[in-house]
Amino acid sequence: MTAAVATADTPRAVSDVGTAGKFLFWTSVVLLCAWVLVPIYLLLVNTLSSPQEVTAFPKTGLPSFDMGSINFFLSFSGVLKALWNSLLVAVLTMALSIGIGAPAGYALSRFEFPGKATFRMLVLMTRAFPLPLLALPIAVMFIRIGLDDTPIGLALVHTTLAIPFAVLITFSIFSGIPLELEEAAWTLGCNRLQAFQKVVLPLVLPGITASAIFAFTISWNEVFAASVLTVENRTLTAFLLQSLSVSPLHLRFAGGAALVIPALIFIFAVRKYMFAMWGIANR
Amino acid sequence: MNPRYIPYLLLAPATVFLVVFFLWPFLQIAVLAFTTPEGFTLKHFQTMATNWKFWPTFWNTIILAAIVVPLQLVMALGMAQIVAKLDRARNTILYIFTIPLGLSDLAAGIIWLAIFEQSGFLNSMLVGLGIVERPILFLGYQNLWVIFIAVILAELWRATAIVMVILVSGMGLIPKEYYEAAEVFGAGPWKRFVKVTLPMLRPSIQTALILRTIAAFEVFAVVVALGGTTLPVLVGETFNWQFALNDRNVAAAYALVILAISIAATLVFLRVLRTPKGATI
Repeated sequence: MTAAVATADTPRAVSDVGTAGKFLFWTSVVLLCAWVLVPIYLLLVNTLSSPQEVTAFPKTGLPSFDMGSINFFLSFSGVLKALWNSLLVAVLTMALSIGIGAPAGYALSRFEFPGKATFRMLVLMTRAFPLPLLALPIAVMFIRIGLDDTPIGLALVHTTLAIPFAVLITFSIFSGIPLELEEAAWTLGCNRLQAFQKVVLPLVLPGITASAIFAFTISWNEVFAASVLTVENRTLTAFLLQSLSVSPLHLRFAGGAALVIPALIFIFAVRKYMFAMWGIANR
Repeated sequence: MNPRYIPYLLLAPATVFLVVFFLWPFLQIAVLAFTTPEGFTLKHFQTMATNWKFWPTFWNTIILAAIVVPLQLVMALGMAQIVAKLDRARNTILYIFTIPLGLSDLAAGIIWLAIFEQSGFLNSMLVGLGIVERPILFLGYQNLWVIFIAVILAELWRATAIVMVILVSGMGLIPKEYYEAAEVFGAGPWKRFVKVTLPMLRPSIQTALILRTIAAFEVFAVVVALGGTTLPVLVGETFNWQFALNDRNVAAAYALVILAISIAATLVFLRVLRTPKGATI
């Protein structure tokens, strides 16, 4: 605590603060990292243990690298189909939200036109609503038009969740490309479409990919709408939710790991864009 | 083609989509909640509110949000301050801090189940340290408050990252000169935090609180994974009425309650944390 007293009057850079302050600082960094990582580690330990070990007591906290739980999970009836449905819905969501959202983002960043503010308002409004609940009336609508219990139907609802992000993120990405670059292409004889293809597209592709992955993750993780809208064609989240109360522990943990691991990879892939996305997505 | 039409052409798909899948269902949910085949009715709301489970469910949800969201704000402020001070290993630590952001709430519930279940890691530790004799059944209905704590921990673990990311990007917008000026006038680290960081972060704090509070009212999968139906929450009951009790209209009434408290919370935050005119960076 002496360090805190000593620094009260004379501000200094972190590097100058006494060893006690530095120790406190790094201790909190380590503790916070442990707070995030240890629970994930424990889930993986359970996943990599045999079903008997999962229900055994006490636990050692070390994995035995037994594939029993994983094999049980993968051979459990309905799991592979659920994995496939999750993947399919997430890919459809990704394609739809970028296909629909990116043109809107481009229009917002490049044009001034009447109605722009209204559209922005509509997009921002979606963020003040608990969107998954809209799955309830949509379920009725889908039964009427024959889209109930289909991957495309669920993907349409997930796209509603992802579109605000897709619009705002692509808006910020396109805004980062100077209009002069496009204008230069026009003077060199490109039309609007060619200029877009040859100049803008290569520059924005990494950012668009990142927001596509983001859309994928939103769909992959979504529970409520997926559980409401699918019966036979359950996604992995819906499948796990429905079987929570009846399935053995090792099935739940292996299922949890199946949800977590792809998400970890996706977050790693888009980590560079995380702040650009949220910085702009929250104006 | 007339270039005046290009933006409208580009916006058309997104607009149509949002009208069909956002505005229209939004109207439909009200229709479901307020009508019978005969016409307007408040019957569904009466059914909902007179059910013994409604008020416990309502208050559970509100209390959970009222505990989780402020704690997350404090924690995220601390984490953002730490990130701001980092020079070495900044990217690695930032990545670790943001991991839970990409995880499903269901996965988070299952992760904390591994810790809290009867043969889980918390019991293993407690018995190993000799604190208790036998493993405790934490997540049973006799220990409702333990389920409450487990849900709070899981929510803190899962969703603090999003608040932190919003705050960190907000901090990036604060001009360095403000801090330098504060230093010149002799403000210590705490004073600089209170007098510079917090007021300048107001818009980011507002966004984060709105986003998180709405999400907290929607808490569902974490609660189901940890407590089954022992600890009822609003979205859980919505789901229950839709499927177990097979009454779409009451489910829609529940959904409208969640919408109402979400909008109320949004309006409160917009009002209380509004940025004074001309005070933007």
